[in-house]
Amino acid sequence: MTVKAGLLAAVRGFTVAVLSMAVSLAHYILVTVSIALIPIGIGVLTTPVLMQSARAQLNMRRRISDEWFGVEVAVPYRKEPRFQGGVIGQAQRCQWMLRDPATWRDLLWMFIDPSVGFTLGILPLALIGEGVYGFVLAAGVWKPVYDAGGGEWYGFIHVTSQTSAFMAAGLGIVFLATGLRFGPAITRGQALVARALLGPNHERELELRVERLTETRSDALDTSAAELRRIERDLHDGAQARLVAMGMSLGAVERLMERDPERAKLLLAQARESSAMALHELRDLVRGIHPPVLAERGLGDAVRALALRIPIRTEVTVELSGRADAPVEAAAYFAVSETLANAAKHSGAEQIWIDIRHEGGMLRIAVVDDGQGGADLERGTGLRGVERRLGTFDGVLALSSPPGGPTMVTMELPCVLSSPKTSSS
Amino acid sequence: MRVVLAEDLFLLRDGLVRLLEAYDFEIAAAVDNGPELARALTELKPDVAVVDVRLPPSFTDEGLQAALHARRETPGLPVLVLSQHVEQLYAGELLADGSGGVGYLLKDRVFDADQFIDAVRRVAAGGTAMDPQVISQLLARNARDEPLGRLTPREREVLELMAEGRSNAAIAQRLVITERAVTKHTSNIFGKLRLPPSDDDNRRVLAVLAYLNGT
Repeated sequence: MTVKAGLLAAVRGFTVAVLSMAVSLAHYILVTVSIALIPIGIGVLTTPVLMQSARAQLNMRRRISDEWFGVEVAVPYRKEPRFQGGVIGQAQRCQWMLRDPATWRDLLWMFIDPSVGFTLGILPLALIGEGVYGFVLAAGVWKPVYDAGGGEWYGFIHVTSQTSAFMAAGLGIVFLATGLRFGPAITRGQALVARALLGPNHERELELRVERLTETRSDALDTSAAELRRIERDLHDGAQARLVAMGMSLGAVERLMERDPERAKLLLAQARESSAMALHELRDLVRGIHPPVLAERGLGDAVRALALRIPIRTEVTVELSGRADAPVEAAAYFAVSETLANAAKHSGAEQIWIDIRHEGGMLRIAVVDDGQGGADLERGTGLRGVERRLGTFDGVLALSSPPGGPTMVTMELPCVLSSPKTSSS
Repeated sequence: MRVVLAEDLFLLRDGLVRLLEAYDFEIAAAVDNGPELARALTELKPDVAVVDVRLPPSFTDEGLQAALHARRETPGLPVLVLSQHVEQLYAGELLADGSGGVGYLLKDRVFDADQFIDAVRRVAAGGTAMDPQVISQLLARNARDEPLGRLTPREREVLELMAEGRSNAAIAQRLVITERAVTKHTSNIFGKLRLPPSDDDNRRVLAVLAYLNGT
């Protein structure tokens, strides 16, 4: 495993080293020349184009850092405003780019990448290569080298005989082992340096956070406004209408009580039925606003109760030491509810597993079904809505649903648990 | 028959007291919170308790917890639980000890005095009274169950009423058939669901509920 990881790191590091030499250096030279040419006008036109190209390759570098070395690097660029067409627009774009601190940090990175990025990138492969070369010497190659008049220096060993060649092989083992053992750490170090410059600075991080908050806040407002409209409509067409009918029936009963007791009795029965219907509708409405089991027992049992309502076998595992805040609980509940509804409707699953736990300050929920898969966030399956709902609480949703299944929806919500409410028993 | 009543809404508690007294029940205690209910259940040892799930001070499931606790202390203590909503989860918990004397009804059922009093008496006698909504939820959940699918529509009707806890006589009356016919349907149902036959009404109901809860 270590050997495989070491070799992989060596190959990936080498790729990054090539990228840093070929692409970063080239862009750095081109962009600095272009910026230098701004005073005479040409630079105004070329700089945005070259920076655009540089940003594209640096974005690839950010992706590589994440996918290969596990170092997540956020994209720091500001959203491009709308510019006019033609030369004036290009001049505006040039000015806009030069004002973005990310541009200068990019430039600084492209300047040091060919030295720092290259060195750290190539180091694991170099160590492994040097180690292998030690064996090559010991296998007999030392002799022609020596005969040709060159005393070969291998590290601190002057290879002049078979004995010293064996010593070179011994040192080679050290090089090889170091390269394999520490290769992943070295390449990861390279990615960490990259993050320091390619990631957003503190100010930009705050900006990104504000952008996200603005977005999720408007989503939350939209959702709650839509909810209120739905509740208003349900009350208006449901319970309210039933109560009006009841009042009318009772009024008629009052008039008929003496004249026509039989008919009055009939109307009373009707009034009772109306009240039962009104209750029934209110109950459904309440369930949609805040499910009673959630209020009474918390998330775990509410999800268990939910699982009992769907016609698919469902196994629920809950590991929670307390209760989350009511809004978080409700968001998590409705997210699971929507996910389950989705699974019941589209997946064709025979079994569903739900796992709820709290780890490292995160409420983690996984819903897995053995259905046909192929669910897609983009194809309006309701999961987008779930994602937005969770977004209000800084929660995230991930979907894995290859064709043929299984489908796995995982959700994470940052929250703290309070100790469980004391009950009388 | 001595009843302990727990309901926090004054109007409803008052109404229930009057209703039960009108049908010759003796109200041993009428309380409005969880701790008092727990005390009343253990100290007064009533013939039956009528309990609201949600009670002060926590307004969670205090009533249900008190009832479950009392039944652990005094197995078979008859308890009829009332709620604004019914959940299979709670029904399962009430039935889990398999000893009967359990009821779980929506509060709306109080509107029909005769039916409600019948349910209280059934529970007090060690029988069961499950809300029709619990049963329809159970059946919906078992929609893919094969043995259930083999029941005829009439057998299904009998099964639903039986699961609610009604006696053969009551089922016969409701479906306008003879008691003999009900007995025949019942034995068919038990055969198809592969349940051991039993002459005892209460045991039969519990077997059917266990079947529906188990799959």
